Amino acid sequence: MTINSHSFPAVEFKSSTFSVPVLSIASNDLILIQQLLDEKIKLAPEFFKHSPVVVDLGEVNKKQLALDFEDLATVIRKTGLFTIGIRNSNEAQQAQAISLGIPVNTAPTSDVRVENRKPKPITAPADDEFVTNDSTTVTITKPIRSGQRIYSFGDLIVLAQVGAGAEILAEGNIHVYGTLRGRALAGVQGNTEARIFCSDLQAELISIAGNYKISDDIHGAVANTPVQIYLQKNTLVVKPII
Amino acid sequence: MARIIVVTSGKGGVGKTTTSAAISMGLAKKGHKTVVIDFDVGLRNLDLIMGCERRVVYDIINVINGEATLNQALIKDKNCNLLSILPASQTRNKDALTLEGVEKILEELSKDFKYIVCDSPAGIETGAHLAMYFADDAFVVTNPEVSSVRDSDRMLGLLSSKSRRAERGEEPIKEYLLLSRYSPERVKSGEMLSLDDVQDILSLHLLGVIPESKSVLTSSNAGTPVILDEKSDAGQAYADIVARYLGETRPHRFIDEKSGFFRKLFGGK
Ligand SMILES: Nc1ncnc2c1ncn2[C@@H]1O[C@H](COP(=O)(O)OP(=O)(O)OP(=O)(O)O)[C@@H](O)[C@H]1O
Ligand SMILES: [Mg+2]
Repeated sequence: MTINSHSFPAVEFKSSTFSVPVLSIASNDLILIQQLLDEKIKLAPEFFKHSPVVVDLGEVNKKQLALDFEDLATVIRKTGLFTIGIRNSNEAQQAQAISLGIPVNTAPTSDVRVENRKPKPITAPADDEFVTNDSTTVTITKPIRSGQRIYSFGDLIVLAQVGAGAEILAEGNIHVYGTLRGRALAGVQGNTEARIFCSDLQAELISIAGNYKISDDIHGAVANTPVQIYLQKNTLVVKPII
Repeated sequence: MARIIVVTSGKGGVGKTTTSAAISMGLAKKGHKTVVIDFDVGLRNLDLIMGCERRVVYDIINVINGEATLNQALIKDKNCNLLSILPASQTRNKDALTLEGVEKILEELSKDFKYIVCDSPAGIETGAHLAMYFADDAFVVTNPEVSSVRDSDRMLGLLSSKSRRAERGEEPIKEYLLLSRYSPERVKSGEMLSLDDVQDILSLHLLGVIPESKSVLTSSNAGTPVILDEKSDAGQAYADIVARYLGETRPHRFIDEKSGFFRKLFGGK
């Protein structure tokens, strides 16, 4: 019997596109880096927990600061993040990354986003549910439960509630026509024009283009009143829609 | 083909085993050949509630390991001959449960039984995952308190993404809410969430409300599922639930929701 006798392939390479945060390093002070990371993560612990990151060493290398990648990787790992790649790295750093089993991106891009977007559902680890379709607008009709995560390469429309502990992310706008109790992050690739609209704002966290607010700091929301959230001079504004 | 029902919750101690025992007995009493499986390896207590703990010889792990046949491990219920129990192991470690092993058992049971009820352990680890993975229907048991509701929401997320039906892109698992240990008085006093509060968060098809009831403890001490205590409120609640699951329409009982917890909290706003 040969391996080929199976009617289906046991192994298959499929092209998929993932959106992964990039951690840009501009200093070689590991203690400072650790402090800053801890602070950032405290802001949204669930969001960052086990989150994959691509480490960008462009800034620190431009400044010609010596940085031992292995030490940096240890610091990052301690924070709970997983380094799944590096870019804008020098040869020594690349060698260290490879020996740690971390892939090296040598393409001279300034944006990690892979351009070849496959309009296909992407299977990701854990409970994450990454969805996209041709028009890049994703529409969800069922409640998004605690622990679920939805990602849209464009706008995201949710015609149900978003439970506490759930997370919705979109590169464009987010519309929630139900109660928003979880986390909503719009403009996750840096689109500062993105907005969040929802009919009942009780979110744990809202973010536009990386500007966060956690529930305690969210003011201006009146229960059961439709609101929109947008960026004004780097500050999140929560206002009734009409 | 059998219908596989998982009784699940996420949170512990909310009444999964009580419910599994009651509804499996209820289904059998209605004339359907039913088997109830204890997935709580290491903490088995379904056999206690079913009153068959002294007749346990082999368990689900023995079957998975090939040390016993399914027929050797199945225990016929003393009250109803259409009901069988597949007990969990007290001594083995949880990792003895495997996906392949469970699949094989369910396949074999499917040939013989109409309903297979899986009593899930608490949590979202292996045991709970295996209990729900092959399910067709999920009975989500929730208590009227915030942490239980939150855990149920989490479990619902897993049901819709980590089950065989989800992975194969088949019709999703049918999800039902069973709100247990409900006490209208404590809802009124604002100590507990009301049915409305819970539904506001979960928006699930309600199969029934089971009141907080002394009869549950009395029945489990006696080793008989509470549904056999036809005079008790909890027994009647479970009988309603079984009937509704089988397609009957029965008005909901044991609910009285005047001022809910949330309304009290946010009353002024
Ligand atoms: N409706 C009820 N009224 C009063 N007590 C109840 C009710 N339902 C369950 N209980 C009690 O709650 C306790 C836990 O019930 P049970 O063992 O069924 O929960 P479980 O969800 O299976 O727990 P575990 O997660 O540990 O498996 C038991 O002592 C039981 O008697
Ligand atoms: Mg139990």
